Amino acid sequence: MNKISEKDYMETGALRKLQLEKLQELIPYEYERVPLFRRRCDEKGVKPRDLATLADLAKFPFMKKTDLRDEYPYGLTAAPMKDIVRFHCSSGTTGKPICIPSTREDIEIWTESAARCLAMYGIAEEDVLQVSYGYGLFTGGLGAHYGGERLGCAVLPTGAGNTEKQIMLMKDLGTTAIACTPSYFLHLADVATKMGVDFRRDTKLKHGIFGAEPWTDEMRRRIEEVSGITAHDIYGLTEIAGPGVAGNCPYCNGLHIWEDHFYPEIVDPDTLEVLPDGEEGELVFTTLDRRGTPMVRYRTRDISRLQTGRCKCGRTMRVMDRIHARTDDMLIIHGVNVFPSQIETSLMKIPEVAPHYQIYLESTDTLDLFEIKVEVTPEAFSDNIRDLEELRKRVLMVVKTIIGLTPKITLVGPGTLPRSEGKIKRVIDNRRKAK
Amino acid sequence: MTVKQISIFLENRPGQLAKASRALAENGVNIATLSLADTTDFGIVRMIVDDHDKGYDVLAKAGFTVRQTEVVMVKVADRPGGMAELMEKLDKAGVDIEYSYAYALGSGDSAILIFRFNDNAKAEAALGA
Repeated sequence: MNKISEKDYMETGALRKLQLEKLQELIPYEYERVPLFRRRCDEKGVKPRDLATLADLAKFPFMKKTDLRDEYPYGLTAAPMKDIVRFHCSSGTTGKPICIPSTREDIEIWTESAARCLAMYGIAEEDVLQVSYGYGLFTGGLGAHYGGERLGCAVLPTGAGNTEKQIMLMKDLGTTAIACTPSYFLHLADVATKMGVDFRRDTKLKHGIFGAEPWTDEMRRRIEEVSGITAHDIYGLTEIAGPGVAGNCPYCNGLHIWEDHFYPEIVDPDTLEVLPDGEEGELVFTTLDRRGTPMVRYRTRDISRLQTGRCKCGRTMRVMDRIHARTDDMLIIHGVNVFPSQIETSLMKIPEVAPHYQIYLESTDTLDLFEIKVEVTPEAFSDNIRDLEELRKRVLMVVKTIIGLTPKITLVGPGTLPRSEGKIKRVIDNRRKAK
Repeated sequence: MTVKQISIFLENRPGQLAKASRALAENGVNIATLSLADTTDFGIVRMIVDDHDKGYDVLAKAGFTVRQTEVVMVKVADRPGGMAELMEKLDKAGVDIEYSYAYALGSGDSAILIFRFNDNAKAEAALGA
């Protein structure tokens, strides 16, 4: 076992004690330095000394993404500028970005977390890790990069884009692991096919480290089928660290959270009550070690569940369900709640459908238009309209069975839907807002 | 006689067919005949060109989804009853037509049609072609 993985197996009692000690340091630190946190604690009538057990954390106020926007750029920064060594920003689609200044220690903890994920996936010093996440303000590139270097991998920092060159380098340098968004990997696979490169035959690629966008189990199986690699899930968010907060081990269908650094809670998104392990709700994190921009009870908007029981791999760190949905991804179509992941799950049941689709919504004078565009695979293309019509009906039936609505299904040719080098936009909602 | 047919998938967007024809033209491939089948969302263009392999490569390289199918070229007498006799032969042999389109008018007394049958070999045997 790599030394970096030792903490993954920390005895549970010692882990809980460590978490409480860290919280008892963090809360007074945050209270003293961040006016917004202090004001909210005062409004709730809670003082840092009220934190006597881990359960007492529930007494403290939440933080949300809007807080980061409202307090942009430095309102939630707790450390002086002399201690800050890096900024990461996440572009809000609406208005101001959020900005996370980090200290050297913050970056160190994130790096260690990312490296622990890679080690858990079975990646080691011998591996060539191609980082095809974007580098820069986005955390993906630098997070995977530093994690890989820490583990001792040979890191190939291609960044996103320039896909044909990436494939050439992958072949020539013997890339064994690639880190990117799942949608970019699908694009890479398409381009490789066009170039006559077969991942199984022509490359040494074994591992894919995928994150930064929600992807279903069905998509994961599809990726593994087309490329012959093992697809690993990495979870993270700029507000908490970046990729590496959690990852899956070979045994669990979920992700071990490095809870010695990131303390998880699941809350009911409506009542905000803490839910016991085993129940599904909104994932909330407290950054136990971060000092640049600490987050106390940060609401991620990701829907998950903390699994009960011990994982077969022996790691004591709790396992959260893979993220299939975010509270703000939910679409209300014709009055019905629909998650894009449900649509992806149903589409991936049909082998003739390529893993590329787009959900399109538009207002009309009557019922809103709800259209799903799906690419057919080159093999499924027929010179006979009847075959394609029959395929279209089958797609409609599986989608209808899962979401209970009847969308317009449009089959489009292979390679015609937009591809992405970073996070893909699969939902185009042009409906007039009611509000 | 069986011939090779190229079919391509077209989205119903302006300029798609122009793009395909231009690609063939620039490579000196001549279209002998063409048929367009469409629904509201997409179309399938089926064509027979003078240089099949080259035509296939040109369209694939231009980014189209291309498929190759064997179709049957049938000569039909150009007089009342010519089509009926042909259909009756096929009917008797139990062959179904998937689709059909015209290839060319022959010289004087016949026309040439293209057919895709559910069983091309059986159809050819029935027609004695």
